[in-house]
Amino acid sequence: MTQSEILEYLQASFPDAGIEPDETEPEPLIIIPPEHLQQVAAFLRDDEKLHFECLMCLSSIDYDEELHTVYNLYSMKHDHKCSLRCKVSREDPVIPTLTFIWHTAEWHERESYDLLGITYEGHPDLRRILNPDDWEGHPLRKDYEPQKKWHDIPLTPQPLLGGGDDG
Amino acid sequence: MTQVHDLDIPLGPSREKMDLVLAGVEDVHGERMRIQMGPQHPATHGVLRVEIETDGEMIITATPHIGYLHRCFEKVAENVTWPQVVPFTDRLDYCSSMNNNLGWSLAVEKLFGIEVSERVQTIRVLAAELNRIANHCVALAAYSLDIGAWTPFLLLIQEREHVLDLFEELCGGRLLLNYIWIGGLSHDIPDGWLVKVHEFVEFMQPKMPELNQLLSFNKIFIERLGNVAVIPADVCLQYGVTGPNIRGAGVKWDLRKNEPYSGYETYDFDIPVGTGEAGQFGDAYDRYMVRVKEIVQSLRIIEQAATRLDNMPGDDVQAAIPKTFAKVPKGEVYFRTEQPKGELGFYIVSNGKSKPYRVKCRAPSFSNLCVMPKVAPGLLIADMVALIGSIDIVLGDGDR
Repeated sequence: MTQSEILEYLQASFPDAGIEPDETEPEPLIIIPPEHLQQVAAFLRDDEKLHFECLMCLSSIDYDEELHTVYNLYSMKHDHKCSLRCKVSREDPVIPTLTFIWHTAEWHERESYDLLGITYEGHPDLRRILNPDDWEGHPLRKDYEPQKKWHDIPLTPQPLLGGGDDG
Repeated sequence: MTQVHDLDIPLGPSREKMDLVLAGVEDVHGERMRIQMGPQHPATHGVLRVEIETDGEMIITATPHIGYLHRCFEKVAENVTWPQVVPFTDRLDYCSSMNNNLGWSLAVEKLFGIEVSERVQTIRVLAAELNRIANHCVALAAYSLDIGAWTPFLLLIQEREHVLDLFEELCGGRLLLNYIWIGGLSHDIPDGWLVKVHEFVEFMQPKMPELNQLLSFNKIFIERLGNVAVIPADVCLQYGVTGPNIRGAGVKWDLRKNEPYSGYETYDFDIPVGTGEAGQFGDAYDRYMVRVKEIVQSLRIIEQAATRLDNMPGDDVQAAIPKTFAKVPKGEVYFRTEQPKGELGFYIVSNGKSKPYRVKCRAPSFSNLCVMPKVAPGLLIADMVALIGSIDIVLGDGDR
């Protein structure tokens, strides 16, 4: 199935869920509201026609006013792909966990929590994974300010490598 | 004259007893012990800490703690220009830099719509497969050392040295290469280099049967690894375990065949899968054996690629590199390639500026390691070493 066929199939199966297309180039995505995410994800995995048994990647992105989590799915059985996008507000970033649907999500959600501060509701073990447990802030947010000291170790942020011709 | 006694040596808990202990019905010794394995431990392949709770000598829970080598790759990538990210990908999985360069370059090329010439593609495949051999040599060498075999370590590292010499002549680097660039390569192949590649293939071909005689078919080695640390196919799929680990479980899954890129579909090679010859599908021996067989297949690809390059007229390997990255197409793309350790994916967001807006790296070691809490319970402490080694992790990749 192509992405647009999957979108139509999902919209027919969940008419009230508010599933919308997202015209990102070059790969379009499917927008799923957070309150229906678990339901739709379980359907995507278990439905015979869809059968998405692999979660390839889970990425979170900070778009100034909103935080997004993108799920890239793949079905080995049918050899088709689909990408989901889940949007939450910056003030209250809570997305239901998909750990119990694809275990791959467990560590990727922890990473996303660590680096972008999105809370995955229902996650069995939501701790920081890459940074120390008592680190302050979420480094991949666009407004992140590094802390001055960590355990009395002064952290003097040097400007990163010069960016050349900044467009 | 010595007399043989039947010694009454306790052999440790039986399999049935282990199952009861795991289910919480019985205790082996009734006393739990917490062990910190790592972060400084010769068998953890870098700075990995595993918090193990044991009952007697059996593992009840194992919790990996990573992050000791976190270098903020994704944050750095947001602060440098598109081509400047390439050297940082070298440092992700420092045992297979070429494949990381390739993964990043292909992802960006897909986003920007850049097409490279057939000759550049062939050189890329040749270089990537050479690096696959180097990576598997390190993996097998370190694994044999973990298990307690010294000699194969020295031989395999010696063989890897030949690949590194080839790389040195190709681009000046031995470990960190920065060779494959967005839209091209940093250098064309030097004169006479292909002859050396052909010589290397001839040199390497008899080495794998030699390794089999020395190590793979050794009875002690087989019995040490057979039936140990089994990762079944369904667990691999659930946890996103990829690369030789999922092929070891008997799943014929290789992106070079299933989702070909860089012209891999035109090469003649097989995907080795685990056969369960030493016990069960997906045990440590299967994962080991898949790597040995993959080296042989990589040699086949290298031979074909080098022969093609012999007959191909030279061209400018930097012809497709964009003149400027100041204005680039907007968009988001996910692209994955078959790295020696598994699936390397990049999710890239571009907002049209000279620097990436967001880069997410789906590192193979990261996803392969997350299966450990599932597989480790029920193993003996000594088998934990066999598990970590057979997954083949590099923490530079896992921590990024």
